[in-house]
Amino acid sequence: MYDKLWLIPFFPLLGCLINGLLGNKIKNEKIIGGIGTLAMVSSFVLSCKYFFQLLGDTVKTHEIVVASWITVGNLQVDWGFMIDPLTAVMLLVVSGVGSLIHLYSIGYMHGEEGYFRYFSYLNLFAFAMLMLVTGSNAVVMFIGWEGVGLCSYLLIGYYYHKKSASDAAKKAFVVNRIGDFGFLIGLFVLYWSLGSHGIWTTNFLEIGKNAHLLGMGSTVVTLVTLCFFLGCTGKSAQIPLYTWLPDAMEGPTPVSALIHAATMVTAGVYMIGRMNTLFALAPDTMMVVAVVGGVTAFFSATIGLAQNDIKRVLAYSTVSQLGYMFLAMGVGAFTAGIFHLMTHAFFKACLFLGSGSVIHAMHHAYHHAHLHDDAQDMRNMGGLRKKMPITFLTFLISTIAIAGIPGFSGFFSKDEILWWAFASTRGHVALWVLGAGAAGMTAFYMFRLVFMTFFGEQRTNAKAKDHVHESPLVITLPLMILGFLALIGGYVGIPHVMGHMVHIPNYFADFLAPVFAPTQELYHISAHGTAPAEFGLMGISVGIALCGIFLAYVMYIKNPALPGRFVASFTGLWRAVFNKWYVDEIYDALVVNPTKKFGTFCWKGFDVRVVDGIVNGVGKLINLFSNALRYTQTGFAHNYAMSMALGVVVILAFYVFR
Amino acid sequence: MFTVTVHHYLVVSAILFSLGTIGVLTRRNAIVVFMCIELMLNGVNLSFIALSHFLGNMDGQVFVFFVMTVAAAEAAVGLALMIAFFKHKESIDVEDFNLLKW
Repeated sequence: MYDKLWLIPFFPLLGCLINGLLGNKIKNEKIIGGIGTLAMVSSFVLSCKYFFQLLGDTVKTHEIVVASWITVGNLQVDWGFMIDPLTAVMLLVVSGVGSLIHLYSIGYMHGEEGYFRYFSYLNLFAFAMLMLVTGSNAVVMFIGWEGVGLCSYLLIGYYYHKKSASDAAKKAFVVNRIGDFGFLIGLFVLYWSLGSHGIWTTNFLEIGKNAHLLGMGSTVVTLVTLCFFLGCTGKSAQIPLYTWLPDAMEGPTPVSALIHAATMVTAGVYMIGRMNTLFALAPDTMMVVAVVGGVTAFFSATIGLAQNDIKRVLAYSTVSQLGYMFLAMGVGAFTAGIFHLMTHAFFKACLFLGSGSVIHAMHHAYHHAHLHDDAQDMRNMGGLRKKMPITFLTFLISTIAIAGIPGFSGFFSKDEILWWAFASTRGHVALWVLGAGAAGMTAFYMFRLVFMTFFGEQRTNAKAKDHVHESPLVITLPLMILGFLALIGGYVGIPHVMGHMVHIPNYFADFLAPVFAPTQELYHISAHGTAPAEFGLMGISVGIALCGIFLAYVMYIKNPALPGRFVASFTGLWRAVFNKWYVDEIYDALVVNPTKKFGTFCWKGFDVRVVDGIVNGVGKLINLFSNALRYTQTGFAHNYAMSMALGVVVILAFYVFR
Repeated sequence: MFTVTVHHYLVVSAILFSLGTIGVLTRRNAIVVFMCIELMLNGVNLSFIALSHFLGNMDGQVFVFFVMTVAAAEAAVGLALMIAFFKHKESIDVEDFNLLKW
């Protein structure tokens, strides 16, 4: 049936090993890239097979155990894999988008040093991510969870000779560790608390079945879910641990697309989906999740408004969109959250790859003209739509999708989330306001990006201007496929209120229903409201988005002097936004520097003085004694004989006069 | 009539041993030191013989043979060493052999 499920993560692992061990011998870029891509495509084909098999199956959850791993006392951990609709969706997204990005990388990374290293890491990432989504217990999931973090570190630091890149990699790793700590503590507490009810397990199916034993809204379930959510904030870049993601843009652009937009950062969303029964039991945690998600969506959108680096805008947009997903999970709209995860994977991967195509072209042009200008700064772009028509078109489609314009994929998922935020039994109107505000800003900064990059006069240095041209097919093909998916991907999940009129069911929700519907029914999580209300809210949010687009049009096409005037009149505000609200500086002052100081104290104050002092002191003391005592070693045989004789006398005296 | 008991032998043995010890500790000439060591050994031998006779056990007398064998070997090795020392230092004064020290 599904007994070859373990092959899905195995293919990329094999690709990783081949490229990693033999890559520097192979040298041929086409073969190396081919192996990496083939491994991903194999996973994708197998994922498709199981997806369609699952569609026709009546039983929707399957688990296979390959081997036993840890058996200690009550603890039994298997190399277990599972497939259910949630995993199937994730598998398709990860292996599908992953395959396209591997293909794209063949062209994008052409001529880079360490080509085989790149593909080896990328395959290793795919392996870890697929383990994460297929693992049937929390420990196997944790392998993937840590594995993707490691690969993220390796790939952000791909250009390790650049200080900024290795710093960003370290930052990502350390921040992720904080989250992973939460994940582990959550897992331990969960294991222990379920164990106290006689259920010693880490298996998700068992956890799902027995979670209710912990009690609705009990302290322990709140604690467990909060710990898990801390893990999510690290991996999925939410407040307060989001700061690593924008810096992660130091990695190659396809990596940003795959890891820091489409897949790895959605691991937290997936995890909440996987443990939905647990989170549903903790309304307080769900509230925290929703608020953090909503605030992150809004907050990072504000930062995106003023950035000039094309990838940084997209990075903050990613943080913001992830915020939407958590908002959805927090208000109980699990299906909508996963749906947005999927559509976001399409359009954000397309946007990142599009920006990569632009950067590639700019870089090439500068290289040709022997210039060292910043190839990622949008102020050096403009008017590229004629030079790069395919990139422009796919980019525009994805931008419209992310802005939430009706008919494109982002609209369906985003409005579903906003509707739930407003009308869910666990939602609140304030959450809707945050989401809608973020939607307006999203539309503004994304169209600002498009206008600055593709419209108007070309501001590139005159020498390099004419060397900008469209990327090769290996780069544009993934763009076209992803652009197409960004266009139509939403139609699998048309909201009921619209689908009802044209008699199209919400395929996506129906498919995922076996995973989420029982939880939602059991704990009375649902969105109540009339069709006019839903349409009204939809209209408002679309209106806000259109306003954002119009504003971007006015400011960056119609009247290009306006942004400068705006900046001049709101200097302080603009500077705060441009400097990312000084969050990094605040963290440095509040956390990083005190930690460093504490570390220095432990090093210089405690280790050097106390620990080394004790060790060296013992040595010095022995030295001192031996210095005094060595003079007894006179070298005269007499003295030795005398001390021996005296010793004998003393011992005899002791026994005689005792 | 004055009878000689085992105590008398032991006293003579102790006197011989002590004389040897004092010689070892005070004399400087290596050959004299060496002779004093022989004196100590013979003091011990005497007590072995006396006690062996007194207890009617032959073990002590067997032991004496071992001691004498060792003493003979010691004399050979010791005199050879002393000749080597003398070649080196033109002296067999033990005060001159003090290189092995702090």
